[in-house]
Amino acid sequence: MAALKVLWLQSGGCGGCSMSLLCADTADFPAMLAANGIEMLWHPALSLASGDELISLLEDCIAGRQRLDALCIEGALLRGPQGTGRFHLLAGTGKPMTEWVQRLAGVATHVLAVGSCAAWGGITATGPNPTEACGLQHEDDHRGGLLGADFRARGGLPVINIAGCPTHPGWVLDTLMALAAGLFGADDLDALGRPRFYADQLVHHGCTRNEFYEFKASAEKPSDLGCMMEHLGCKGTQAHADCNTRLWNGEGSCTRGGYACISCTEPGFQDPGHAYHLTPKIAGIPIGLPTDMPKAWFVALASLSKSATPRRVKHNATADHVVVAPAVKKTRLK
Amino acid sequence: MSDVTRLVVGPFNRVEGDLEVRLDVAEGRVTRAEVNAPMYRGFEQMLAGRPPQDALVIVPRICGICSVSQSAAAARALADAQGIQAPPNGAHAINLMLAVENLADHLTHFYLFFMPDLTRPVYAARPWFAETQRRFAAGAGVHARAALAARQRWFEILGTLGGRWPHTHSLQPGGSTRAIDAAERLRLLARLREFQGFLETTLFGAPLDEVAGLADEAALQAWHAADPQRGDLRLFLGIAADLGFDRLGPGPGRYLSYGAYAQPAGAGADFALARGLWNAADGRLHPLALNSITEDVSHAWLADGGHAQRHPAMGLTLPDADKPGAYTWNKAPRLAGQVVETGAIARQLASGQPLVRAAVARCGGTVYTRVLARLVELARVVPMMAGWLAAIQPREPFCLSQPLPDEAEGVGLTEAARGALGHWLRVERGRIAGYQIVAPTSWNFSPRDTAGTPGALEAALQGAPVQPGEATPVAVQHIVRSFDPCMVCTVH
Ligand code: SF4
Ligand code: SF4
Repeated sequence: MAALKVLWLQSGGCGGCSMSLLCADTADFPAMLAANGIEMLWHPALSLASGDELISLLEDCIAGRQRLDALCIEGALLRGPQGTGRFHLLAGTGKPMTEWVQRLAGVATHVLAVGSCAAWGGITATGPNPTEACGLQHEDDHRGGLLGADFRARGGLPVINIAGCPTHPGWVLDTLMALAAGLFGADDLDALGRPRFYADQLVHHGCTRNEFYEFKASAEKPSDLGCMMEHLGCKGTQAHADCNTRLWNGEGSCTRGGYACISCTEPGFQDPGHAYHLTPKIAGIPIGLPTDMPKAWFVALASLSKSATPRRVKHNATADHVVVAPAVKKTRLK
Repeated sequence: MSDVTRLVVGPFNRVEGDLEVRLDVAEGRVTRAEVNAPMYRGFEQMLAGRPPQDALVIVPRICGICSVSQSAAAARALADAQGIQAPPNGAHAINLMLAVENLADHLTHFYLFFMPDLTRPVYAARPWFAETQRRFAAGAGVHARAALAARQRWFEILGTLGGRWPHTHSLQPGGSTRAIDAAERLRLLARLREFQGFLETTLFGAPLDEVAGLADEAALQAWHAADPQRGDLRLFLGIAADLGFDRLGPGPGRYLSYGAYAQPAGAGADFALARGLWNAADGRLHPLALNSITEDVSHAWLADGGHAQRHPAMGLTLPDADKPGAYTWNKAPRLAGQVVETGAIARQLASGQPLVRAAVARCGGTVYTRVLARLVELARVVPMMAGWLAAIQPREPFCLSQPLPDEAEGVGLTEAARGALGHWLRVERGRIAGYQIVAPTSWNFSPRDTAGTPGALEAALQGAPVQPGEATPVAVQHIVRSFDPCMVCTVH
């Protein structure tokens, strides 16, 4: 089978999704792409071609002289000021990046939003959104964005939103590998256009703080070991991503790093409506309760489990290292 | 009068973000350069009105390549506003994370961004071409691929210390949220040694202390001559001599460092790599007058609110896309009205590294000295990191916390891979009232100021050779990449 020809461009973002990609868990990055049927026509960090060489490549894709299987866009699309797109003119061309992306999206078999900026607008669209930033096919959770609600790439799929801030290298590579193998269809996308292989999970799954969560033994300040849902803003029980089972950079994840999940794969995460590091509550009960859990049950279970918290769990929750170790039994475990 | 032709060069890849350079060319040389950062996002506008601690989430997203540095600057600005200081463990953990990121940048820059230009067909006849292509060809070079693999393993240190990279939130005003236990500390040390092994085998072909200990250029030349193909630094030295990299892209001769790797109180030094302004003209380190920093917006698409120059504590960032005479989204930072250069070269000069000081004394800041300074920094900082790891006291605190006053000001200074990074924060009624960021590439790639003085890169490009028919002149690419620019930071 011919290799999947991938073109990767950056607009209104930080480049972090590319930097994350280069952290993919492999001993030989270029060989891994080749072995899995992925060919980078151009990538900002990996290619020799620069300036006019790149512009010719873009023109070739648009004119059909170069096959374009997967257009990957990283960063939000900057429509401002006043809809002109001048907040990002592609260097050397004098033309708005939004225009280049629209033309390329029209010829690509698949269009991929790499990261939450390209998917929903992301951090670039936060607060007053000074640059009129949006995603390729979403503006937060509303369909629309740069390409419009009805956009379908030539291959028939809407924009594939590999959301995350940054996105995990595994999410990108699994998607590209599945496309290259012809194993990715409409059923593989969730309601927000995210690949289900990672978006059908919650960050809470596999969190090392789950025992603390069970007993509502909560962290009170940064670096505490307890569950961060009650006080420190953790949205892991609601955020769609497999961050605690598919780890980051070897052994890492946000919650393992000692800080709350801010649900960076979700539309609108950039404007939670409260300080990121605090859990909003009404009458002492967190507003953002776990996905799928009725409030009354949560309240009842939480008060019950708090009253049953073992001393070990209680004390460790508010320390940055284990202060009470599990008891050592003198008899065989039964 | 010879004909002047105008070249618009861009987009540059293998730099972070989007960059355009406009060149006037006459008689095969650049006579004038204008550097344009063609993208604006508006972080300073986004931060206004938010809870101050939100900066810890927002500002790393300025840049995916130096997000830990942005976090560190924000954490320090908040710490300054709170009057809090990280405990020694927290300080060491933050320095380790900063060092992982900075050194990874140097590695990425050398192997993936800078060296591939030397595999361009224009150099096909050079004696070093085949070997350079074997090691550095984009996407194929064997050493470049090995470096990418080493980088991936290297970042696993940051995965442990910071949960993930980029965009960790573990850096806090009071330290780091991730305590390291005794066994983890040993595993991290093993990872550090693994990276050291890559540097010693592939990059240097020599022990780190041998490279860091080269006292002057005579010693460097002797070291090179003894085994000219061994290790990638020696290969680079041969190419640099052949292509005259020591005359290409001269800098302004003034080098700014805010000081790197702040040491815990009582450690005997404020920074592992000293702070100051190195002036090549008098060969001396001068103290920094932070109140003499200004940002000039005369040639930026930004409103000036009645003052073209402002200290960042009083800074203003409001886009004005139709401003006459403007040609970039970047402001022009100046120190006491002067253009300065920042980066590894400044850190090595300020901290008294003898080889870099000797090289700069002979030929100034050039493509050669900038690359050399980065590689020397790799050799110097890895052993420091082993020392910080050893100094961590498991079971002692990593992070303190303390409330933030409703009215406060703070400054957060740090060194990113590309140089001096500063955040200026003002809190009023418990919210961010002002937040200004001056990034390293803002210094290096600044446009002209009110006096018409070009920025460091603009001046460095004057005189660069342009071969007949070149649309993206290769010498211009060497000069631009020698600064290791980061455009997303620049305009933020
Ligand atoms: S810290 Fe977050 S993800 Fe972990 S157990 Fe608590 S709520 Fe779940
Ligand atoms: S844990 Fe949450 S904030 Fe962290 S990467 Fe995963 S989804 Fe994003």
